[in-house]
Amino acid sequence: MNLVVLMRMVPDVVEELEIAPDGKSLDRDLLRMIPSESDDHALEEALLLKERYGGRVTVLALSAPEVADLLYTAAAKGADRLIELRGVQTGLGVRAAALACADAMTSLAGVLPADLILTGAQAIEDLDGLAAPLLADRLGWPYLGVVTKVNELADRTVTVVKEFPGGFRGEFQMTLPAVLGIQAAERPPRYVPVAKVRAAMKAAKIEVGQAPEPIAAPLAGIDLVELCKPEAAGRAEMLEGAPEEVAGKLCELLAAHGLL
Amino acid sequence: MGISGAAAPACELTLENLFEFPQGRRVLSCIQCGLCAGTCPYGDVMDYPPRRIIAMLRAGLLEKVFQSDGLLACVACYACMAKCPRDIRLTEVLLPLVKEQVFLNLPETPAELHRALENTLRYGNPFGESARKRAAWVKTAGVPIRILPEDPRPVDVLWFVECQNSYHPRGQDVSRATARLFHALGMDFAILGNEEKCAGECARLLGETGLFDTLMDYNMAVFAKYRFNRIVTSGAHAYDAFVYQYPERGFRYIVEQTTPFLARHVDRLRPLLTRKLPYAVTYHDSCCLGRHNGFYEEPRSLLRAIPGVRLLEMTHNRINSICCGGGGGGMWLDTYYKAKGYERLSERRVKEAAATGADVLAISCPYEISRFEDALKVLGYERRMLVRDVTELLAESMEA
Repeated sequence: MNLVVLMRMVPDVVEELEIAPDGKSLDRDLLRMIPSESDDHALEEALLLKERYGGRVTVLALSAPEVADLLYTAAAKGADRLIELRGVQTGLGVRAAALACADAMTSLAGVLPADLILTGAQAIEDLDGLAAPLLADRLGWPYLGVVTKVNELADRTVTVVKEFPGGFRGEFQMTLPAVLGIQAAERPPRYVPVAKVRAAMKAAKIEVGQAPEPIAAPLAGIDLVELCKPEAAGRAEMLEGAPEEVAGKLCELLAAHGLL
Repeated sequence: MGISGAAAPACELTLENLFEFPQGRRVLSCIQCGLCAGTCPYGDVMDYPPRRIIAMLRAGLLEKVFQSDGLLACVACYACMAKCPRDIRLTEVLLPLVKEQVFLNLPETPAELHRALENTLRYGNPFGESARKRAAWVKTAGVPIRILPEDPRPVDVLWFVECQNSYHPRGQDVSRATARLFHALGMDFAILGNEEKCAGECARLLGETGLFDTLMDYNMAVFAKYRFNRIVTSGAHAYDAFVYQYPERGFRYIVEQTTPFLARHVDRLRPLLTRKLPYAVTYHDSCCLGRHNGFYEEPRSLLRAIPGVRLLEMTHNRINSICCGGGGGGMWLDTYYKAKGYERLSERRVKEAAATGADVLAISCPYEISRFEDALKVLGYERRMLVRDVTELLAESMEA
């Protein structure tokens, strides 16, 4: 099986986020990037499939600071081929990024044909979860998102489980090749000891791929006007006093709101 | 923090070349007396306590040990090493090598530990707090604290605060107390601020040696940027790392841990300790400071210097002290131990502390505050006993 995982770095919200002088984007100088959590789950699911069915895992990561750590970590976990894809605008231009990724996959030697492309169902920069379906659409492949398990990978089909509200689950069969938006892998992403990552830094090679010229402008008719920081609403009430006093006031408040 | 690719020194001791080194050959002198397993706080639940590991090593069956996760119960407390009649360097030499292989072979890393290790690699602290907020507590210190990256003039003492005392609210209390004591002693001191990262000792003793090496390389590069005469660290584990491991990478600085450092200045501190503290205090010997480095009397001399303090001893004190359970990764394995049905060592210890009738459980390793305060709450003793770092009691006694 030929499995491709598309991974992105997203802003690390542990750090303070600042808005750039253009008022429409995050200040990249202050930003620290972190691998997108659901992409990490997509990688885990791909590695589990490789362990179960054999094959190769190619990780394609969009260029960002510290992306080499992401790729070498993926190699230490069991990925076979590492590609850093340069020239794709990340951030809020999800549509442009998705289309550029699809075109890059087509143009880079040996990435396609693949049986499955796995990526996160969402990213904090893509809460709508548009990247994976747009990618699938560009390639003309079927897509399913919010996938939590791959039940069976056969020669021509894949059977996957998708989550619905209320604990309902649907089992779907898709024809290959297909794109999966992974919500969560079957088991938590594995920890890889740093010694193994260090070894991968020596043994593995990161290929650099250049995305084709941007062919897809942001969707016409939509323009970002302004990005705003959260406003402090000042509605919090601090309860002061000794613990017993605070507990008393808290009980009164809860009772007043009909919560007790 | 990026992962550094620096190679390990060529002369490094490994399980393969163990017997080429004097400290490794010592393993062959084991008489299988079992004192190590008997004194191990988790010896009763461990698949392979130290005695069996040595037997398996001699029989060429170590592979079996690597396949078991049982050594995650080793809290690196130095009890086995301290009791070994053959002076085999168990916690220092053999166990870290075996645990490294156990860790590499773990089929699944317990979630809490997984997070702490990833956080330590990424942010330089296990809490997953921003590295940029490491020195945020300084604003509330009440005394001026120089931060070297902001003011890089040479300084006498580089104070290595460590993670727990930089981020944990109770650890920050200890940092504020320590800063006041350093200030009162008229010391010329500074901290590394946001450039400091975890010294990494617990990662090493857990078997995550790659993470330890990365942190060591990082901290050594930061030390090289500044001029100072010595390091004083609040971390008992950091102290161990600096004394026993960092020299491999050329660390040649004089280093002291806060408690023994202050004990050296007890005569200058005594006149400042004017407020009487009418407490019965029992002191918990930390594994690193006590068993590993022999600082038994230093913390007690500081406590005796506080007017009003009455010192009580627990049944297990000094070399026999019982680990709080936080070492060697134990700090992030409470959920795992609980799932396995092991007793929490901090609870075992707190029961003994409460039995002395003391009002205060005094400590000097940063891990112990949160561990013992949690244990007191779990056992319902929180009204009977307070946990205080020795520096906190000293600072309290300095208050007018």
